[in-house]
Amino acid sequence: MSVDAAVGVRPSRRLAGGTAAGLGTAVLYLSLIVLIPLAAVVWRSADEGPGYFWRSVTTPDAWAALTLTIGASALVAVVNLVMGTLIAWVLVRDRFPGRAVLDTIIDLPFALPTIVAGLVLLALYGPQSPLGINLAYSRAGVVLALMFVTLPFVVRTVQPVLLELDGEMEQAAASLGARPFQTFRRIILPNLLPAMLSGTALAFTRAIAEFGSTVLISGNLPFKTQVAAVNLFSQIEGDNMTGAAAIATVLLVVALVALIALDVLQRWGSRRG
Amino acid sequence: MAKHVLRLTAVVYILFLLVLPVGLIIWRTFGDGLGPFVEALTSPSAVHAFKVTITVAAWAVVANTVFGVGAALLLVRHEFPGKRLLGAFIDLPMAVSPVVVGLALILVYGRFSPAGGLLESWGIQVIFSTPGMVLATVFVALPLVVRAIVPVLEELGDEQEQAAHTLGASRLQSFVRITLPGIRWALGYGVVLCLARSLGEYGAVAVVSGRLVDQTQTLTLFVEERFQNFDQPAAFAAATALALIAVVTLLLTKLLRPKDLSDGN
Repeated sequence: MSVDAAVGVRPSRRLAGGTAAGLGTAVLYLSLIVLIPLAAVVWRSADEGPGYFWRSVTTPDAWAALTLTIGASALVAVVNLVMGTLIAWVLVRDRFPGRAVLDTIIDLPFALPTIVAGLVLLALYGPQSPLGINLAYSRAGVVLALMFVTLPFVVRTVQPVLLELDGEMEQAAASLGARPFQTFRRIILPNLLPAMLSGTALAFTRAIAEFGSTVLISGNLPFKTQVAAVNLFSQIEGDNMTGAAAIATVLLVVALVALIALDVLQRWGSRRG
Repeated sequence: MAKHVLRLTAVVYILFLLVLPVGLIIWRTFGDGLGPFVEALTSPSAVHAFKVTITVAAWAVVANTVFGVGAALLLVRHEFPGKRLLGAFIDLPMAVSPVVVGLALILVYGRFSPAGGLLESWGIQVIFSTPGMVLATVFVALPLVVRAIVPVLEELGDEQEQAAHTLGASRLQSFVRITLPGIRWALGYGVVLCLARSLGEYGAVAVVSGRLVDQTQTLTLFVEERFQNFDQPAAFAAATALALIAVVTLLLTKLLRPKDLSDGN
C-alpha cells in the first residue's frame, strides 16, 4: 500500500457538498487564527509608508538585532549541518551501549519549553557555572541557546535517509578500490546532501524565529546580545506597533525565503531519489 | 579509529549541550530533597500558574485536535483546487516567530482594533486574557495533529471506508468504526505533541497575556518571572516540573510512533 495507491486511482469527484463545507470551515478557522492576523502584521508595517518601514528596520538597535540574528542563525545552521549529520551517522551506523538512549533524548529540545532550555543552559554556562564557563550576556550564549533548540532538525532529516541507504553501494565502491574518504565523498555525501540541506534550512528558520531560549542567557543587551525576536518584543511592550510590525515582516520574509528554498531542496531530493 | 572519534564527538556534543544542562537543573532542584520542590510548587502563585496553564492547554488541544482530524481528512480524502496551498498554510505557523504570533493577534484582537473593539463591546476581552492565550497557543501548535495523521491516513487508503459505505454505513459510522481506529496511534502521537507544545509555549503567550502575575501567568511565564526576581528555587522547581513533563512526552511519543508505522504497513 503506497501513497500512489491512495492518491492515484480514484473516482473523479466534483466538489461535493461535504468537501465544500469542510473546506469552508477549515479556511475560516485558519483565516481567523493564522492568516488574517499575519496579514494584519504586513498591512500594519506598511501603514506609514515605505520610508517609515525602512527607518523602523534600520534603527540602530533593530538593525543590530536583525544582523545578529541572521549571522548567529547562519553560524548555528552550519554547526548543525556538520554535527547533525555526524550524530545521525553515529546513531545509524554505530553500535554501542546507550545508543538507544541517545537516540531518544535527541528530541528533547523539541519537547522542552524554550524558557526552560534557556534556564537550563544558564545553570551550566552562567555566572554560577560549575564548569567555570560563563557565557551569560554574551553572543556565544546566544549561539549556544540556538544550537540547543535546533539540535534535532538535521539529525532527524538525515537519519531516515541514512537508514535507507544500504551498504551495497559502499561495498561496491570499496571493492573497486575506493578509499573510505572517496566512498564518503562520491557515494554517501551525494545521497545525503538534500536531507542535510533541508534539515539545515529548517534549523535556520527556527533560529531566526527563536525567542524564549535566548531571553535569560543573552541578558537582552541592545547592540550586543539582543536578537530580533527580543527586540520585537520590546517594541511591542513600548507600544510601537508599526515599528514592531516592520521588524516582524522582515522576520516573516526571511522565514518565507528559507521555506521556499527548503521546498526547492525537497523537490531536488525527491527527483534524485 | 575513525569510528571511535566520531562516536566520541557525538556523545560529548550531546552531553555538554543537552544532558549536563538538563541534568544539572534537576539535580539542583532535588539537591535538598523533595520538600523544597513541593513547597515551591504549592505556593499560591505557582498553583494559579498551573491552573492557567492547564486551562489554556486543554482548550488549545481540543481545538487543534478537532481541526487536525478534519483538516487531515480534507487533505487526504478530498479533491479540491488549492489543496497544496491549504497544506502550506497549515504548516505556516511552524515558521513564524512566537513573538510575531503575539503581535499578529494583538493587531487583530487587541482593544484598539475594529474586531477587538467589537468583541470588547460584547464583553469579551481577548488580549491580556484567556481567549487570547488560547488563540496564541492554538496558532503555534496548529500543524502538529494534522501532520501526525496525514501520512497514516494516506497509508490506510479509503478501501475499507468505501466498503463500509457500500454496506450501508453512514459517514459518522464509518468514521467512528473504521477511520478512527485506523489512526488512533497517530492521533495519540499528535495530541501528545500538541499538549506538550501547548504546556510549554512561552513567547506568544508572553506577548498576548500581558504577563499579569496571579492572573494570566502560565507556568513558563512563572519560571521567567521568578528567575528575574531572584527566586531561583521556585524558578528551578517549575522548570524541573516542565522538564519532567517534556521527558514524559518524549517517552510517550516514542511508544506511540513505532505503532503508527506498523499500523500503516
